[in-house]
Amino acid sequence: MKTKISQAQAALEKAAAQQQAQRYVLRLYITGMTRRSMQAVGNIRKICEEHLEGRYDLEVIDIHQQPTLAEGEQIIAAPTLIKKLPLPLRRFIGDMSNTERILLGMDLRKAAEKGAPVGTDSKQP
Amino acid sequence: MQTQSPAKKLTGIAKCPTGIRGLDEITDGGLPKGRPTLICGAAGCGKTLLATEFIVRGASEFNEPGVFMAFEETGKELADNVASLGFDLASLIRHKKVVVDHVRIERSEIEETGEYDLEGLFIRLGAAIDGIGAKRVVLDSIEELFAGLPNQAIVRSELRRLFLWLKDKGVTAVITGEQGEKTLTRHGLEEYISDCVIFLDHRVNNQIATRRLRIVKYRGSAHGTNEYPTLIDQQGLSVLPISSLGLNYPVSTERVSSGISRLDAMLGGKGYFKGSSILISGTAGSGKTSIASAFANSVCQRGGRCLYWSSEESPGQIVRDMASIGFDLDRHVRKNLLRFHSIRPTLYGLENHLVVLHKMVTEFRPDALIMDPITNLTAVGNDEEIKGMLTRVIDFLKNEGITAIFTSLTAGGTILEQSEVGVSSLMDAWLLLSMVQSASERNRVLYLLKSRGMDHSNQMREFVLTGNGIELVDVYAGLGTVYTGAARLSQKARDEADALERRQTEERRQRDLDMERRSLQAQLDALQTRLANITAEQELGLSLEKQRDDAGQRAESQMARARKAD
Repeated sequence: MKTKISQAQAALEKAAAQQQAQRYVLRLYITGMTRRSMQAVGNIRKICEEHLEGRYDLEVIDIHQQPTLAEGEQIIAAPTLIKKLPLPLRRFIGDMSNTERILLGMDLRKAAEKGAPVGTDSKQP
Repeated sequence: MQTQSPAKKLTGIAKCPTGIRGLDEITDGGLPKGRPTLICGAAGCGKTLLATEFIVRGASEFNEPGVFMAFEETGKELADNVASLGFDLASLIRHKKVVVDHVRIERSEIEETGEYDLEGLFIRLGAAIDGIGAKRVVLDSIEELFAGLPNQAIVRSELRRLFLWLKDKGVTAVITGEQGEKTLTRHGLEEYISDCVIFLDHRVNNQIATRRLRIVKYRGSAHGTNEYPTLIDQQGLSVLPISSLGLNYPVSTERVSSGISRLDAMLGGKGYFKGSSILISGTAGSGKTSIASAFANSVCQRGGRCLYWSSEESPGQIVRDMASIGFDLDRHVRKNLLRFHSIRPTLYGLENHLVVLHKMVTEFRPDALIMDPITNLTAVGNDEEIKGMLTRVIDFLKNEGITAIFTSLTAGGTILEQSEVGVSSLMDAWLLLSMVQSASERNRVLYLLKSRGMDHSNQMREFVLTGNGIELVDVYAGLGTVYTGAARLSQKARDEADALERRQTEERRQRDLDMERRSLQAQLDALQTRLANITAEQELGLSLEKQRDDAGQRAESQMARARKAD
């Protein structure tokens, strides 16, 4: 039992280490300097700083300025955050206030809960 | 169709013509200009096609560029779909007349993380509209947003904003929506779009599918309220305003030959009226097609065009069969004067037949139309429906001034003077063909049951199909009987023999009388001679007597002188 737990812990740490190495390419599409846009920009910057320090590439694009990008990137809702890398591609719409959802969607949940008791985690294969 | 009141003409809303055949007619000019219109219906009813035609025709026929926002199909798919209908969407896109923006919403890759709006959609649409100066917009189908975005409340409020925004932009928009369980659209789009709602229907009745279109509402405009049959074919969608025509068509006093000179003679010497409807009814094999073909042939020979709708035989078969009685129809087909449309009635519903016919007539512009036979339509409708359909056909043809011949098969054992589908009252002339059965043969007899507005023959004619066409022969109408065919011939021979005998008898009698006359004359001559002799003798006798008397007196006086009497 004990070895199993330690094995799982090792695997988890390894995965976390790999994740650490991965760079995140993020694009945030906003529509002008609205309150919601500003909130979204602020929220995502905070998340990135807290969880992806030094390994993210965030670009904020105002589609009012570049409407053709809206078509190319299939933007409908605003604000929209697109996680281009790592794959799979994901879209987050809204003012980025739901941090939990974003972390889950970005596969950062495990990294965020690194300090949590490993026992409960390791039981799940 | 409702008639427009004069007040409407003054203040009526501006219309945006769709270019779709028939739709502009029933909407009195098109969709409301600068307002959104909802097109709803079940899957496969032709919503996307109608929307596409609206954009393509707008760009190509009315010089109104358009934006097609496709939520379901990509631009390429859309172009391929409509290419089969003859629309070159790709070319219109190249010439900046049309923009197709494919909006892809992948529910699985979207996470909601708080408040948002659909400004992205607005910006895309706005950029597309401004990019080409679009006057028309299609959103097909905007309901995808409900499926793609989890927060329905946001979608609803944003849609409301979108439609207002479209109105502000002054573009004429077409929004499509899937039919719901009990509502017009699944997500109640009709709540937002109230200017014009068009409902498309595709229903199957008796295994035959018919498409129909109905204008559910149209604010500020008169519109047809019926369900109109629609058709999707090589030229796209067409809607047929089946009951918009009134009984005020122009009439002509011009006459057209029936192609059979004796028949023309029966029809007041000149033939049918131009633009009239003629019914030819008769039993099987009585020669309905032949008489109809004679007319077709005659029309084409004069350089006119004829459309031949056949529900029984293929064009090849008709051409071959008619060649055997001396009608070279193939020549007219090659010259594009004669066009056949052979179709099984069961291929589609009655209304679709009507739409197809309507379309072909509009396209080919024939001078004459032949429907051979109309009775086959019973396969797809009851008598009432067929009568309704034919009424529309006849009204339409009369309006166009097209002479039409309808043939009707009378089933064996029914009353001859009763057309199968009860359409005789709609017809201007009715030729009845029947078979007269005698000892060992059946012969064709033709007569005119009615012919409105002309002096026509009430005589029966036997009609004979020969290698050089149709000949009408006087039937032998003897004492209470009518002879046709061989019976007619034998009766004729009998008559001739009788006549010869009568002639010979008479001649003989004449000869006898002549001889008698001559013998009497001879007797008369002899008697006269005798009379003359007797007279001569009498005269001679008298003169001798006188001479004798004179001589006696002379002798007496001489004697006296000699006797010296005193």
